[in-house]
Amino acid sequence: MSALLQVEGLTRRFGGLTAVDALSFSIEPGEVVGLLGPNGSGKTTVLNLLSGALRADTGRIAFKGQEIGGRAVHTIARLGVARTFQLVRPLASLSCHDNVLTGLAFGRSRAWGATARATADTLLERVGLGRARDTLPAELTYIDQKRLELARALALQPELLLLDEWLAGLNPTELEEGIALIRSLSGQGITILLVEHVMDAIRSLCGRLLVMNTGRLIASGPPQQVLANPEVVRAYLGDDGDTGGGDA
Amino acid sequence: MSRRETLSILAGALATAILACVPFLFGDYGLSLAINIVSYAVLATAWSLFSGPTRYVSLATVAFFGIGAYTTAVFAETLPWPAVLAIAAVIGVVVAAIVGLSTLRLSGVYFVIFSFGLAELVRQLVTWWEVNKTRTLGRYVFTDITAAQIYWQLLALAVLVFVVGFLIGRSRLGLALRAIGDDETVARHTGIDTTRAKVALFVLSTVFMTLTGAIMAPRWTYIDPAIAFNPVVSFTVLIMALLGGVHRLYGPVLGVVPLALLFEFLLARFPNHFSIMVGLVFILIVYAIPRGIAGLVEQAVRRPA
Amino acid sequence: MLLEVTLSGVTLGGMYALVAMGLTLQYGVARIMNLSYGELLIAAAFAALWFYSGLALSPLLGLLVVPPLAFALSYAIYRILLQPLVRRAKTRDALEVDSILATFGLLFVIQGVMLAAFGGAYYSYSFLSIPLHIAGATVAANRLLALVLAVVIGLGLYLALTRTRLGTAVRAVAVDPVAAQLVAIDVRTASALAFALGGALVAAAGVLVSMFLTFNANLGVVFTLKALVVVIMGGVGNLLGALIAGLVLGLVENYVAVFVDPGLTLAATYAIFLLVLLVRPQGLLGRSSR
Ligand SMILES: Nc1ncnc2c1ncn2[C@@H]1O[C@H](COP(=O)(O)OP(=O)(O)OP(=O)(O)O)[C@@H](O)[C@H]1O
Ligand SMILES: [Mg+2]
Repeated sequence: MSALLQVEGLTRRFGGLTAVDALSFSIEPGEVVGLLGPNGSGKTTVLNLLSGALRADTGRIAFKGQEIGGRAVHTIARLGVARTFQLVRPLASLSCHDNVLTGLAFGRSRAWGATARATADTLLERVGLGRARDTLPAELTYIDQKRLELARALALQPELLLLDEWLAGLNPTELEEGIALIRSLSGQGITILLVEHVMDAIRSLCGRLLVMNTGRLIASGPPQQVLANPEVVRAYLGDDGDTGGGDA
Repeated sequence: MSRRETLSILAGALATAILACVPFLFGDYGLSLAINIVSYAVLATAWSLFSGPTRYVSLATVAFFGIGAYTTAVFAETLPWPAVLAIAAVIGVVVAAIVGLSTLRLSGVYFVIFSFGLAELVRQLVTWWEVNKTRTLGRYVFTDITAAQIYWQLLALAVLVFVVGFLIGRSRLGLALRAIGDDETVARHTGIDTTRAKVALFVLSTVFMTLTGAIMAPRWTYIDPAIAFNPVVSFTVLIMALLGGVHRLYGPVLGVVPLALLFEFLLARFPNHFSIMVGLVFILIVYAIPRGIAGLVEQAVRRPA
Repeated sequence: MLLEVTLSGVTLGGMYALVAMGLTLQYGVARIMNLSYGELLIAAAFAALWFYSGLALSPLLGLLVVPPLAFALSYAIYRILLQPLVRRAKTRDALEVDSILATFGLLFVIQGVMLAAFGGAYYSYSFLSIPLHIAGATVAANRLLALVLAVVIGLGLYLALTRTRLGTAVRAVAVDPVAAQLVAIDVRTASALAFALGGALVAAAGVLVSMFLTFNANLGVVFTLKALVVVIMGGVGNLLGALIAGLVLGLVENYVAVFVDPGLTLAATYAIFLLVLLVRPQGLLGRSSR
């Protein structure tokens, strides 16, 4: 089985700061992989490099065996890599329906017209926004904006979905729903790389974890094993060893 | 098609039919005023076709207008009229594509700066060409096109720009542009080739400007680079579009009519202080009505609800 | 011949550098894209002309009077006209669009005033037009003086910005206004001062330019454009970049004017601009944003 995503020696500097430092990992089709690390360890930067929003200084990124490092963002999106943003970025002047429609119209399906509109509605239903079809994003709660962003990403019909702390800030019920939703996406065959601080979600979703600290990969493997790794405990959970971790 | 759209189309058709009668109803002065208004309606609508959704302020309207006008001045005598228009359009497209491809993949400032001096650049190049190669500066425009014919052509162009704007609004390109206007990074992440969309729209919008210039040229019997590339035209178009409102297709026209009349008055009363007045009017608009008349109308309609 | 052309190119380039330094202060620090910038240069040139032929005073005296006036005027423009826009703008892009529009209007007002006063004719005056012989080349004394003064002013500015507290505050705002605020820098005042300082610089350049170039009321736009190109070429907010880019532009333009055709200088500016856009859009000394 060949890897869906293969990253080798990925490095990105901002001035004197090396935000991502010689990172190598790979993801097999169908996996749900968690990307962990303390604040500022470079997780979002990794997603930016994968989606093409930032260009790597050195290193290679292969998606389905094809080199995508340095390609345009829209090309990568059309190849089947979709993402959400850590701070939600809905398209403010477009209704929820039209937000999702953009992904359909320009993503892999290139759908337009009645079919596209129907699919957009289905996707909104899927993330639980069916009732908000014609609302503007500004009128949604923060959580619903996150759902909208996920629907827009799904509209690209991605093979690889990059989620940047998508579960952060949800209340316990919403978290439950969110986890179920992500699991169903995985069940549908979408490969997922999620940046997350919420331990419950990580434990119940991820088959494998990657842990970063100051730009470097310090551990990878099955959750129990990685979370027990003393270096991870020290770097990621801090000296107080708070197992709840992060800012969930 | 929604009911509202059907109604707008009917209203547009009716308005066009009535406007087409203007040459029979009014004298020379009325007709020349009407030509003025319709030409600015095309320019301002074309301007906001691109600058409205993308929020890239184009200051180069007269560069394209002037290219059109000069093309007419050079070829009108020797070539059939449709060929003249076609040549004008092609030259305009080439220039727009160069500007678009070199600046629109970068942030908005580069485009603004490029467009800021473009009219002056083209003016100097035309001057240089005329002085060194053809050894004339200034040309007489000989055609047998009447004022009424100019008016009808402009009216047809106005209808065309509205139809195109309407179709873009309903098309994939329209959706792409609205997404770009909201957040270009997100637009790219949804698979939109933002550079291509912007360049396509920029080229399309400038074609209308070039054609307006080409059609208008016979109005002047004499043309030189300073007349054809007068920067006040770019400025006027910008003011009109902003006053009307660039977020709706019908917006710019709302600004064209009152300002064309006002400028006509100012030009007659204060010929030497015209650009001061226009500048002041403009600053007033930027501060007082940032979303234009169309924005005010929408606000008024929405408020009671 | 080549030496002569180079020398006068350096003079012109020095002017461009000075003008661009002012603009990079206005755009880089105060975040105002000022399209009426060059109009102030022409206004200052007319003021110097009036000093010389109206009052029979040296234009050098104008250098002591005009820039402070321009400073005050620019400060007022910023406080009255532009600060409301800064306050109303939600994002940096929104401010950019608003400032482009407002200053575009201002351009026509200032230009209109000058056209009403002086018409479209070209003006010049002959001050210190004594030929000097340097290493076999002949240069007019006024050009050389302008260059020396530009260097002095530019160097003074550079030192003021790098060696003083206020200068450091101004540069901090250029890098990151939010962070600057956090370390108790008054961003509004720093922006207003930077904008005013930019105005003073361009006025100084106007006085210097008037000593050796002919000018008319319509020429402001061209200077604005060249300043903008130089700022982009040098990297926004980068004084050293502006200096280098200004010199490059001045030299290239002068070579084109002398060896190709004076009617193609603006085309040369644009050619350089295009090249920068295609090869290094972040500027000669700027950093990539992606
Ligand atoms: N565009 C940028 N320019 C300069 N520095 C940046 C940029 N993006 C990120 N950084 C820096 O790179 C480092 C890594 O940032 P990144 O956002 O990737 O961290 P993160 O792991 O996602 O953190 P968090 O958990 O807080 O989201 C930080 O020090 C950040 O300040
Ligand atoms: Mg992050």
